[in-house]
Amino acid sequence: MSEFTFLFRGRDTNASPEQMQKTMEKWVAWFKDLGAKGHLKEPGHPLELTGKVVKGSQKTIIDGPYAEAKDVVGGFTVVEARDLAHAAELAKACPILEAGGSVEVRPIQKMNM
Amino acid sequence: MVAVLTRIFGVHNLALAEDVVQDAFCRALEVWKFQGLPENPSAWLMATAKNRALDVLRRERTALTFAPELGRLLESEWTLAPVVEELFAANAIKDDLLRMMFSCCQPRLAEEAQVALILHILCGFSVSEIAGAFVSSPAAIEKRITRAKKILAASKRLLDVTSAAEFSARLPAVHRALYLLFNEGYHGASPESAVRVELCREAMRLTALLLDHPLGKTPESYALAALMCLHAARLPGRVDASGNLSSLLDQDRSQWDQDLVAEGLKLLELSATGSELAEYHVEAAIASIHARAVRIEDTDWKAIVALYDSLMALRPSPIVALNRAIAVAQQEGPERGLEEIHAIPDTDRLAAYPFYSAALGELEFRRGRREIARGHFQAALGVARNDMERRFLEQRVLRCQDGSAGKGLQGK
Repeated sequence: MSEFTFLFRGRDTNASPEQMQKTMEKWVAWFKDLGAKGHLKEPGHPLELTGKVVKGSQKTIIDGPYAEAKDVVGGFTVVEARDLAHAAELAKACPILEAGGSVEVRPIQKMNM
Repeated sequence: MVAVLTRIFGVHNLALAEDVVQDAFCRALEVWKFQGLPENPSAWLMATAKNRALDVLRRERTALTFAPELGRLLESEWTLAPVVEELFAANAIKDDLLRMMFSCCQPRLAEEAQVALILHILCGFSVSEIAGAFVSSPAAIEKRITRAKKILAASKRLLDVTSAAEFSARLPAVHRALYLLFNEGYHGASPESAVRVELCREAMRLTALLLDHPLGKTPESYALAALMCLHAARLPGRVDASGNLSSLLDQDRSQWDQDLVAEGLKLLELSATGSELAEYHVEAAIASIHARAVRIEDTDWKAIVALYDSLMALRPSPIVALNRAIAVAQQEGPERGLEEIHAIPDTDRLAAYPFYSAALGELEFRRGRREIARGHFQAALGVARNDMERRFLEQRVLRCQDGSAGKGLQGK
């Protein structure tokens, strides 16, 4: 088993409270399912959609990221899967896809000792 | 939560208070997606809203004028946090709910607007839920609420619930709004369901708040609470196992909630002080007679007729007259009941009320005039407001045809 990070993009910020509640319930169910099958390493956290970016040797601090809402990472989760293909398969059930968002699946780089 | 925040931001910033709640809610849901629901979601929401309120107050301190009576305390960083903290304490929240409830019952607002506002702001009902409860379109309710909020915001100041004069002057309107809210749940005109338990529950919760307040503990408040308990006790019997409406005369009385009956009788006793006799007293007394009768045959109809007489004197209405006539029929027979119904002056106001024709039908049926009875039931069917009522009346129509011996029916 290897570890992978899911990066979620495209949070729906215009949903009505009722819709949001439904979406939340779907997420909870999805995490529960991942956990029950032993794939959930760390549920992770949602992220605020803005913050600061510190850049370069000058260590300049700017507000940001100012990407479009659909491109900003809105949260992350760590899962365990057999391989990248399997991890991507797990991401297919993520409720964010129904709202037009995306899940970026990235293997966590580790040294094999 | 909106009530607390409105206290902090001032009633003219009602929209801001709602935004903060909305924002707290969105944030909470985002976190709960990942972490699952906490054990006490509402406490969590309160804490989030409180922090957001502090943020807003710090950021906008110059841009907004907040609650005038709190203004200075909210301006200084020294007092800001403790004041907000205090306002979010459990006791203060109760007061805020009361303050908001009293403010919603503005005399300039129509009664329906007051009830809609209470449901929206204090009970957190969405526009479409309120539209469902009032058989109105969401657009119409939206309009009604927006207009009501504007009037409320224009008043600049929430009603001071510590002022005995203001409190007492507004109390009857609050009673009336809570009574309407309860009734809407109990025999409302909703197309989906004849009984909306959640409306009854909200009305009872808010009435309990009144009883917790030193100025709110009036005999009328107790009577209103008693009335609600005694009616709510019968709720489990109002709809039978197959989801059909069951009339008071047919109900399985073993299903009545005896705890609520006991509570209601206790409240009724507490209401019996002072010299004022309110309609709530009389209605609660009628309900208590029903609640005490273990079997329908044990009902003291004579006392009920007498109570309806007092009710007619206090607040005459065709519906009260109709219920009185039904009680007369129980005591003196269907002919006398029919006489009483035909003596009601403005029956045209009852034409749209399905239980008017249904009562006529029932009494004619008991006299054995099945054909006439069937006509009345069919007329009632024509104005039925939901499937439950429709099924209930269809059964009566069928019964007139197949000639099987039937049981009774009552309007209320």
